[in-house]
Amino acid sequence: MATRPLEDFIRALRDAEVRVSVAETLDAHRVVGLLGFQDRAVTKDALAVTLAKSADEKTRFDDVFERFFSRDLPAAPDDAAAETANDPVPAGATPESAADGDAGDAGDGRAPADLADMLMAGDQAGLAAAMEAAAAAVGVGDIRSFMQRGVLGRRMLDAMGLRELERRIAALDAAGEAAAAEALNAGRRQLLADGRAFVERQYELYGRAAGERLRDAYLETRALGRIDRHDMDRAQNLVRQMARKLVARHSRRQRRARRGRLDIRRTLRVNMAHDAVPFEVIWKQRKITRPKIVAVCDVSQSVATAARFLLMFLYQLRDVVDDVHAFAFSSHLMDVGAILDDHPIEEAIPQILAAVGFRPTDYGQALVDLTDHHLGVIDRRTTVIMLGDGRSNYGDPRIDRFRALHDRARRVVWLNTEPENFWGLGDSEMPRYRPFCHVARTCRSLADLERVIDDLLRVGRN
Amino acid sequence: MPADLPAPTASVETITAGLAAVDYIASRPIATALLLARDLGKPVLVEGSAGVGKTELALSTARWLSLPLIRMQCYEGLDESKALYEWKYGKQLLYTQLLKDKINEVLGETGDLTDALGRLANFSDMFFSEQFLEPRPLLQALREPEGAVLLIDEVDKANEEFEAFLLEILSAFQVTIPEIGTITAARPPLVFLTSNNTRDMSDALKRRCLHLHIPLPDARLEAAIVTARVPGIDARLTRQVVAFVQALRALDLKKLPSISETLDWARAIVLLHGAQIDRALVRDTLNVLLKFEADIDHAESQMTDLLRAAEAAD
Repeated sequence: MATRPLEDFIRALRDAEVRVSVAETLDAHRVVGLLGFQDRAVTKDALAVTLAKSADEKTRFDDVFERFFSRDLPAAPDDAAAETANDPVPAGATPESAADGDAGDAGDGRAPADLADMLMAGDQAGLAAAMEAAAAAVGVGDIRSFMQRGVLGRRMLDAMGLRELERRIAALDAAGEAAAAEALNAGRRQLLADGRAFVERQYELYGRAAGERLRDAYLETRALGRIDRHDMDRAQNLVRQMARKLVARHSRRQRRARRGRLDIRRTLRVNMAHDAVPFEVIWKQRKITRPKIVAVCDVSQSVATAARFLLMFLYQLRDVVDDVHAFAFSSHLMDVGAILDDHPIEEAIPQILAAVGFRPTDYGQALVDLTDHHLGVIDRRTTVIMLGDGRSNYGDPRIDRFRALHDRARRVVWLNTEPENFWGLGDSEMPRYRPFCHVARTCRSLADLERVIDDLLRVGRN
Repeated sequence: MPADLPAPTASVETITAGLAAVDYIASRPIATALLLARDLGKPVLVEGSAGVGKTELALSTARWLSLPLIRMQCYEGLDESKALYEWKYGKQLLYTQLLKDKINEVLGETGDLTDALGRLANFSDMFFSEQFLEPRPLLQALREPEGAVLLIDEVDKANEEFEAFLLEILSAFQVTIPEIGTITAARPPLVFLTSNNTRDMSDALKRRCLHLHIPLPDARLEAAIVTARVPGIDARLTRQVVAFVQALRALDLKKLPSISETLDWARAIVLLHGAQIDRALVRDTLNVLLKFEADIDHAESQMTDLLRAAEAAD
């Protein structure tokens, strides 16, 4: 009996993206068996230690725990009934039925017709139990969207016998018993409010997380330039998660050994102690080098949002990549590394945009600046990422400078925010730049961005 | 499992009191985790920023339970020959040399090679027996007859292969040595793994462990810790020190001072016979609390507010 709420709780945790395995569920049962539910604080700590396995998950755990156990559990019916008996009797209740000892006992098996009686009796435990039962019957726990709240609430109350109650109120009214009708009506209003609150909590517990996941998936594929301002925070979070995922994947890749080639030098050295008899063999590891990245972002009006995301991504990626040099330009080029270093990301990006953003684009000038002043940071290990639409207002694109860049760098990657069939239309210089790019790709969404960066990190020295 | 352990665990309160007796002030979550670790027989993965007392928890638990502490420091490239066991190659070689004559004797009468090989096979196990086994920390912890506290420190520094290798030990408290067989713990050790979160631990490992996250302490807990750990500090100074550090943590610093820094600082002040915190004293000793030049500069610029916070605590 006591384990049911635990299972519901674990389900709510899973919905909030706390990963709980079967083994951990068993542990949680053992913990509850050991400590019980008596001391709320101890139970909370104990379950947190067993179920939430990172600082992140702990916060979510706290959140879910508070929300989950804020509702009245139908557990221990006799306790609840005893409490009801001690409670100040709610208005409109008849005292003798409130003292009814086993009121909550038959909670789930109760016929809907009893709803009126329970309301009149102010039998909170019975009502709560009936509500839980009705909620389980119509599946309120499966709520997924904000929009479903009204329908599900109504269905749940119907299952509790709201119609019957309303008929009775109407009948009482018709019979001229206005006082009784009013008392029941007050109970009905309270019930409606309780029902609404109940469904709201269920939505918070089970629905909201699912809704947020949907939203994340949607943001990931949404065109970069079109992400609304109020979605920015979520998107930023998403970028952070992606960057972290890449970091983990990359560091694993870096360590993978290349099997089959003996490292004779190290093997001999290690086995000196054994008269150079090779007890211990050491294999050569293949190092996957960390690439150096030089990112050049066009921050003119048309691509500013996309540039914002690339800057954000680079900011987060500095954990994996030794050096990231970041430049931004509309016409003249600016080294934005220092700004990214010194300020939190939320301040850095607006500062950059204020300094060089939103002016007419001149790729030629930017390339001249880059090759004149910053050629030192580009060598044969460097990957140059150009981010922009390649629209240069009919100015000289300075293909010669771009070619120099191409010759010098390990790779030149162009991420264009426009779809490929737009390249070359109007003032787009893409077809002229393209021969000097190792990769030129459309990058329109966060998912695209993640894929491209992952490719970049795969650079290995063979 | 509880029956196997030396002192019966009663409650969170007993544990808090027990740890307090060895000068470790445990918050309730810590005590709860320890209780579960003993009663469920599960390892505890302790996370938290540097200096919040992760390692100290294991040391204090060992002292409280009077169990031997076996500590294994993890680092990149740690492998099972350093963590679990190693054959004493030198000794093995030496013995073969010393026993050469004996071996010749044994083999002397044999007619041909097959015969000799057959005879030698009868003795081969001799060199791969416990006598030539060099136990490393993990094996030591399993063989400790009274049980032990095993501290696997900074497990995030070891590579992932090693983490996978830990799984057998952490779930079954046994290890398999191909030449000898499976060794099971006489008494399951109480295992603590600490991690500074330089990388995420694998899910498999996390699943087998209880997960304890030690946050930076609140003012009350920190004051209790300072009182317990710094001999000869008076109550007023403790309040001031704690209030100052708490205010410092509210600033945007590269590295927030944690408990170990607070303790060092309190000790330094006591050593310098400081009766109360003032500007000159703080300026001289700030480098105990903060480890980056930029952080110190930043704190200096906020000094008036910080000192006011410290005075308000009186």
